[in-house]
Amino acid sequence: MPGPIQSIERAAAILRLLASGARKMGVGELATALGLPKGTVHGILRTLQHVGFVEQSQDTGKYQLGAALFHIGSSYLDANELRTRALNWSDSLAARSKESVRIGTLHEGQVLVVHHVFRPDNSSQVLEVGALLPAHASALGRVLLANDPLGQPAGAELAGFTPYTCTDPDQLRQLLAETKSRGWAAEVEEMVEGEVSVAAPIRDRRGVTVGAIGISGPIERLCDPDRAPRTELVSYVREAARAISRDLGAIPW
Amino acid sequence: MSHRYIAAIDQGTTSSRCIVFDSSGSIVSVAQKEHRQIFPRPGWVEHDAEEIWANVLDVVHGALQKMSITVHDLAAVGITNQRETTVLWDAETGRPVHNAIVWQDTRTDQLVRELAADGGQDRFREKSGLPLATYFSGPKIRWLLDNVPGVRELAEAGKVLFGTMDTWLIWKLTGKHVTDVTNASRTMLMNLRTLDWDDELLAAMDVPRAMLPEIRSSAEVYGQATGTLQGLPVASALGDQQAALFGQTCYAPGEGKCTYGTGSFLLLNTGTEPVTSANGLITTVGYRIGDQPVTYALEGAIAVTGSLVQWLRDNVGLITSAPEIETLALTVEDNGGCYFVPAFAGLFAPHWRSDARGVIAGLTGYITKGHLARAVLEATAWQTREVVDAMNADSGVELSTLKVDGGMTANNMLMQFLSDVLDVPVVRPIIAETTCLGAAYAAGLAVGFWPDVDALRQNWHRAAEWLPAMDAKTRDRGYRKWRKAVQRTMDWIDEDDE
Ligand SMILES: Nc1ncnc2c1ncn2[C@@H]1O[C@H](COP(=O)(O)OP(=O)(O)O)[C@@H](O)[C@H]1O
Ligand SMILES: [Mg+2]
Repeated sequence: MPGPIQSIERAAAILRLLASGARKMGVGELATALGLPKGTVHGILRTLQHVGFVEQSQDTGKYQLGAALFHIGSSYLDANELRTRALNWSDSLAARSKESVRIGTLHEGQVLVVHHVFRPDNSSQVLEVGALLPAHASALGRVLLANDPLGQPAGAELAGFTPYTCTDPDQLRQLLAETKSRGWAAEVEEMVEGEVSVAAPIRDRRGVTVGAIGISGPIERLCDPDRAPRTELVSYVREAARAISRDLGAIPW
Repeated sequence: MSHRYIAAIDQGTTSSRCIVFDSSGSIVSVAQKEHRQIFPRPGWVEHDAEEIWANVLDVVHGALQKMSITVHDLAAVGITNQRETTVLWDAETGRPVHNAIVWQDTRTDQLVRELAADGGQDRFREKSGLPLATYFSGPKIRWLLDNVPGVRELAEAGKVLFGTMDTWLIWKLTGKHVTDVTNASRTMLMNLRTLDWDDELLAAMDVPRAMLPEIRSSAEVYGQATGTLQGLPVASALGDQQAALFGQTCYAPGEGKCTYGTGSFLLLNTGTEPVTSANGLITTVGYRIGDQPVTYALEGAIAVTGSLVQWLRDNVGLITSAPEIETLALTVEDNGGCYFVPAFAGLFAPHWRSDARGVIAGLTGYITKGHLARAVLEATAWQTREVVDAMNADSGVELSTLKVDGGMTANNMLMQFLSDVLDVPVVRPIIAETTCLGAAYAAGLAVGFWPDVDALRQNWHRAAEWLPAMDAKTRDRGYRKWRKAVQRTMDWIDEDDE
């Protein structure tokens, strides 16, 4: 195993110092405290600032911890917790829409299904918790990508599943921007021919998207004759997403 | 129609909640609030009945507010409650004379042993359906009469009243002193056949009749609420487990369910005749709708399941929320040979051993917190296996599927493991909150919101199903180890223990 990387150790020491004091610190103070040349400390600070881990005050030029750092430890909501907290509303969504319901989170560029409610018709169905779905071709995935701070993975190959699958990165970027602004996503026959899915984001109390909830089913039931998802179903999905978000403490919107 | 919804109050062991349902049985609104668990001594568990009453009002108003609806949009409210938990209050002031004694509380251990010394643990089983155990209300009432100064005299004069939580809430809401057959069947004071308080049982337990509520059916209008819920008909009361049986639409003999909450309870509808168990189950009232014949049930009661997860969270601090146990358990492949028998309040069904206490067996230096998390979850499944075996033996029919509900059914790993150790499919209906749903259904039938039980059956849908995937050898070995671990919990409490 290679030895520790000096510059990372020094960056960690700077972050620890900034976290320990209640006040902002200048480059000189930090350099003295760490016994390092000012130039070295400055270089590290510039990099930390670039990734959002520290922020520099406009008027005094002093440094403090950055917002991105606070998101790291806490933006993650345990998937099992998400399922438990969403249980009632995902049941209600299935009952109202009469379609199957899934809740997903992003997992290494794909959608991990963390909860699944059967279509309420008592037909035999298989529980798909733990299954992975392509992010770009599912409504759940589009909601998650559109609201992910890292966004659409650059340069990733967009696999085609049907003639309808969006495989063009620019077009996908467009779709994600649209998803983000209108607050829900749909995918019509892009993953499986004849099948449609609709999804909306679940947010926590800081407005961070912690998952997506959606329904899926045959195009005849989910879409109008013009292939647009039926408004009533879209509103059921969005209401369920809002109800879960509210239970997680999100400010009502 | 202005009465678009039905509300249900679920006064549970850990929290009180109010759920508003529409006519399809879908949830429209939910509000929930936890109350304090008071542990004055080892083995003692109390609740503050005043706090619970305040929480109940809060959650009802909370649920209405969330939907921007008022009490006038409700056709009725139904009540379901943690069973056996006993509260005594002053009829004049409405003040409880003592904290409520919770069903898990074991302070009546000595008293129960004395009663059993004179005629055996099953001396009241024929009449009440129950074995002598600290679990039931009768001994708890007796303890309060013996230990709270002045209360016995007032109780004999009908000036101190007894109630389980249904009775307490109905009294607070409407001023009526009533209970329903299901709750009454858990007191050890009711005769299962006459459905009335039994003189012999009252005499043996030394409880005055004057303090007891009137026993009514589970679905009828007991009265109209006063106060902030003015005019709302209070139209059902069922113990939480019976409510879940009703919510799961188990209306035919042979239909059953198991509810996974603080404890877990397997109930099987046995029809209009009480069946006596030869295998450690109890006989209880399932429900009674208005003046229709009463339906009985066989029950396998497990004291500690979800509360073991809470214990790991609150007392040990291994997890910060109950669902996180699944994440922790998934860090390992199996239990590493570790078994956890949570006999915190002795063992309930099918053992009924109040001298047992909890054991973690099979500990080695290899065991990590992940293995412990597994053992905690597996304990729920193995305990179910024991009561399912008893149920199969009593009924002479093998269980073919297990219908489940309750908070723990959100745990996917547990549900899969349950299916594995029972070797049958496990099915969750589209509403995991069947307890509330059952109370809503019963209240809805009482006021004509729903026409009959057939309409309710239409609302039952399968929401998830777990299929068995464990080989017989692994299952048998696991069960063998579990049973050895259970043996190691017994005979722990001595005569001179507090
Ligand atoms: N995901 C989960 N995994 C394991 N246990 C859980 C999970 N979610 C909730 N629980 C347990 O379920 C219980 C709550 O379920 P609930 O049906 O509300 O119980 P009750 O009605 O008895 O209060 C708690 O004891 C909690 O520890
Ligand atoms: Mg409950």
